[in-house]
Amino acid sequence: MTVHPTVWVDEVRPAAAPRRGTLRRMLARNAPGYLFLAPWLIGFFGLTLGPALVSLYLSFTNYDLLRAPDWVGAANYVRIATDDPKFAAAMRVTFIYVVLSVPLKLVFALAVAMAFNRGIRGLTVYRAIFYLPSLLGGSVAIAVLWRQLFASDGLVNMLLWKAFGIEGPSWVSNPDYSLYTLVVLSIWQFGSPMIIFLAGLRQIPTDMYEAAEIDGAGKVRQFFKITLPLLTPVVFFNAVIQTIEAFKAFTPAFIISEGTGGPINSTLFYTLYLYQEAFGFFRMGYAAALAWILLVIIALFTAFSFLSARYWVHYDD
Amino acid sequence: MASSINLAKIEKRFGSVEVIHGIDLAIEPGEFTVFVGPSGCGKSTLLRMIAGLEDISAGELSIDGERVNEVPASKRGIAMVFQSYALYPHMNVYKNLAFGLQTAGYPKAEIEARVKKAADILQIGHLLQRRPKALSGGQRQRVAIGRAIVREPKIFLFDEPLSNLDAELRVQMRVEIAKLHQTLGSTMIYVTHDQVEAMTMADKIVVLRDGRIMQVGRPLDLYNNPANQFVAGFIGSPKMNFLKARLADSDPSRRTIEVAGRALTLERPLAARTGEPLVFGLRPEHVEARDNGASLGEASVQLVEHLGGSTVVYTSTADGQSATLLLDGQRHIRAGERLPLGFDVERAHVFGEDGRRV
Repeated sequence: MTVHPTVWVDEVRPAAAPRRGTLRRMLARNAPGYLFLAPWLIGFFGLTLGPALVSLYLSFTNYDLLRAPDWVGAANYVRIATDDPKFAAAMRVTFIYVVLSVPLKLVFALAVAMAFNRGIRGLTVYRAIFYLPSLLGGSVAIAVLWRQLFASDGLVNMLLWKAFGIEGPSWVSNPDYSLYTLVVLSIWQFGSPMIIFLAGLRQIPTDMYEAAEIDGAGKVRQFFKITLPLLTPVVFFNAVIQTIEAFKAFTPAFIISEGTGGPINSTLFYTLYLYQEAFGFFRMGYAAALAWILLVIIALFTAFSFLSARYWVHYDD
Repeated sequence: MASSINLAKIEKRFGSVEVIHGIDLAIEPGEFTVFVGPSGCGKSTLLRMIAGLEDISAGELSIDGERVNEVPASKRGIAMVFQSYALYPHMNVYKNLAFGLQTAGYPKAEIEARVKKAADILQIGHLLQRRPKALSGGQRQRVAIGRAIVREPKIFLFDEPLSNLDAELRVQMRVEIAKLHQTLGSTMIYVTHDQVEAMTMADKIVVLRDGRIMQVGRPLDLYNNPANQFVAGFIGSPKMNFLKARLADSDPSRRTIEVAGRALTLERPLAARTGEPLVFGLRPEHVEARDNGASLGEASVQLVEHLGGSTVVYTSTADGQSATLLLDGQRHIRAGERLPLGFDVERAHVFGEDGRRV
């Protein structure tokens, strides 16, 4: 048994004891706070940060769930960059989807929000009805319904035939149309940005329009010179959120193409390709590398958006 | 160039609620007219109807003799300064001033010349590249006025333009707007709830209450000869004293009023019956702390406000009614003292129970 010199203990105790006491008191005082934070902390560290770091590690390995991860360095990333035609196809499809669906959805959402902002009767009911697709839009059931609607013998073609005598193609199984069908499905889920646009429109003071009216500005000029510039913070927010959502889109493509990303990779969204690699071929390391590339792409897009914001987003006061 | 404005039986209804009740009013070219009244009296609504921002439910609005009820705001030859300034926050001062001219398709050189002229008048030339958020309240107000000036309108409309400014700046801007009127000579209509602004700026005051005109006239006419108790109480600060009274004798040779327990004889005729309850009005500045002709008797001092240049004394008469005195200079009067309340009976106002002047 080791006996510490008395003098050493006496020297340390006065300095250490209060510190320990202070820490204990601080923990005791803040215990309820930490208790309330605990679910989030557990969730963040256990379900978000932890798995994210593990996936970063896995992206430098070959891993098939059955054997231990095999460290391969940057090989997965090199292969993705140099020798993966499906990666290029998935990127192309995803970019087209983002570039088309985000602006169209925002324009549609803004148009509906402006119609609602005119103060129609039963606004709350309409708002709820129009918001509904956003809640249902990403669901499997709606994707299945969408597949039925746009099938060669679906409702859309039936209406086209009856109304215009046009024999429509199979929108979901023809590679020329399948991606655009998914874009339309995305636009249909305009409720969330619409609600935010509506809130933004409500914030624009009425006397701004009255001043413009006296200045002789018609409705179109008022829209481009008053509404749109004053709404740019909301446009910016919606654009960033919807772009991230579009990059992450998965369910519609998975259901409509039955998980293949077909026909001819025309609906091979990036996330669908990632899913195929991970759970189709059990190439977890490779899929993890794909996931990290997607994260970087989204981060770059978001960073670019924030950098560009200073030139076109107008913040008052 | 200035324009005349004529309102004939103008009404405004929001659904089934009528807020403006058949207003008749003529405004001469170049006149500075102030609409004044308490909140909810309809003064801003009336202004917005003239501006073309509110539909006219009934009646006719004419500018220079032309009916303009259906003419859009931008074609009425008016410019408006809003209470909130309504500056476009995403445009700098230059663009704010130029917006209306650009919309109207003026050539660039003309726009630059007009903006420069307005900026010179308002001394805001150094602010042209700033955004509204980088301006003080007073500077924003100048820009708002500048936006009106550049359009060279026939009529300027001001909707409580000084209410967001502090007291000192309000006085300064009040003077500047009055000067601007002298410089431009345009017809101006100015809405305020502040009777001091109305008295100091107006050629003509329109006192409104509950969507009706209570009186129209020059500031001193309204001060000296208020048509009713409402106008008498609204114009003047501190507010006119109103004391309960009774016509004791309506005989033309000795019209006697009982007020504060004393009998007063008036020289002028009164349109009231013997025994009729009346309201006796006296402006605080017309009451003196000494026996001088007519008297309300002795009153006890409740509160004294020393304003430096004047002293406001709040008193209670022998029968418990409130009477305020506005005395020149600094007076050594203390609460609890008793003062004689004297006045010149010619300066007294008498109203019926329904508020009409009798």
